[in-house]
Amino acid sequence: MSKSCLVVDDSKVIRKVARHILESMEFAVEEAADGQEALSFCRANRPDVILLDWNMPVMSGMEFLGAFNDLDFGLEERPRVVFCTTENSIDHIRAAIEAGADEYVMKPFDRETLEGKLQLVGVA
Amino acid sequence: MMGGGGGSDSAYRVLMAVLESRTGQTLSPSRIWRIEMSLKPVMQRHGIADLDALVAALVTSTSRQLLDDTVDAMLNNETFFYREHSVFDDIAATALDHLRTINAASRRITIWHCGVSTGQEAYSMAMLFAEQEARWAGWTIQIVGTDVSYHAISRARAGIYSQFEIQRGLPVQRMVRWFDQTGAGWLAKADLRRRVDFSVQNMLVDRPPLGGAADLIFCRNLLLYFAKPMREKAFARLRAAAAPQSFLVLGAGETVLGQTDQFVASPRLRGLYEPADQKVRRAA
Repeated sequence: MSKSCLVVDDSKVIRKVARHILESMEFAVEEAADGQEALSFCRANRPDVILLDWNMPVMSGMEFLGAFNDLDFGLEERPRVVFCTTENSIDHIRAAIEAGADEYVMKPFDRETLEGKLQLVGVA
Repeated sequence: MMGGGGGSDSAYRVLMAVLESRTGQTLSPSRIWRIEMSLKPVMQRHGIADLDALVAALVTSTSRQLLDDTVDAMLNNETFFYREHSVFDDIAATALDHLRTINAASRRITIWHCGVSTGQEAYSMAMLFAEQEARWAGWTIQIVGTDVSYHAISRARAGIYSQFEIQRGLPVQRMVRWFDQTGAGWLAKADLRRRVDFSVQNMLVDRPPLGGAADLIFCRNLLLYFAKPMREKAFARLRAAAAPQSFLVLGAGETVLGQTDQFVASPRLRGLYEPADQKVRRAA
């Protein structure tokens, strides 16, 4: 059974590129344009991994992560969260780790880098 | 045309001969077409118009720098942190335990990264040890990385990696712990850099480091660039550098089978190789 990934990014182009890469890795891909949409999705579904942008309207990646951490996935494992953002300072990265992100991809990235990060979190 | 680019066939032949004589490496057909692209920055830096002019300059010039730059540009320096990370997981889980037992008296482990390129694999090992400070207290861990490329070694010594390089294979937790963000890129912390020594070395010619007693040798994705006779010589050099009870780590697509009788698949550790003993070598 293929793994699933929720791509959360307000940029349609980034979502399209991520979808293209992920589908070539045989992921089933869902999209959300902001943290709020992503949260709604996660209340009803459990993706294996979430690719999460930092700056988004309505609800940012960090705000999403705060709310996401309170979700109860029951007996199922918590989805992995990989930040994927242009916020590339070490302070941002540290904050993301402290907030519970499992990995961090700095944009721009290529397929190999993303695949490597997904391997590191155990979903590829 | 051999390279399908702007150079004559004889220019490509000379460049390939230069590479082989300096490093032992040959260019596969799939890499020949990249010669011109790889050498473009060198030609620009030295004010040379095209590949034929470059070859003419190599033949007539006494510039060591031009020769070094040309050879360097033709080498494939591809590497990244924890390349095939399961290999490092296995080594951390098993090989180091074996070496700990084997070397219990000397409390010393020496590791040679042969063909280390820009240093990521050597720093990967250094991080493993650094994160187990208590376990290795009282032990001397010596990690040496060598490469024929002076440019790659100079980058390895500097320990600065671009955003692209730093996130290839390196878990973010380790990146934050062991690297500082600087204007020039991600700099390995001093505590990590002091754990690894790098030097320029042609493994086919120069004396192996560590006095021929390396406990763990990494030689990954290098031997595939040698033609068979050179590869046999390379294995002999690795054998000469290996301690009697030691392990050799090759790249994912590499093996000793049908290549050498100097090493055999380790009966103890999957995916690693050990020096063949005298009896095995005589029988082979």
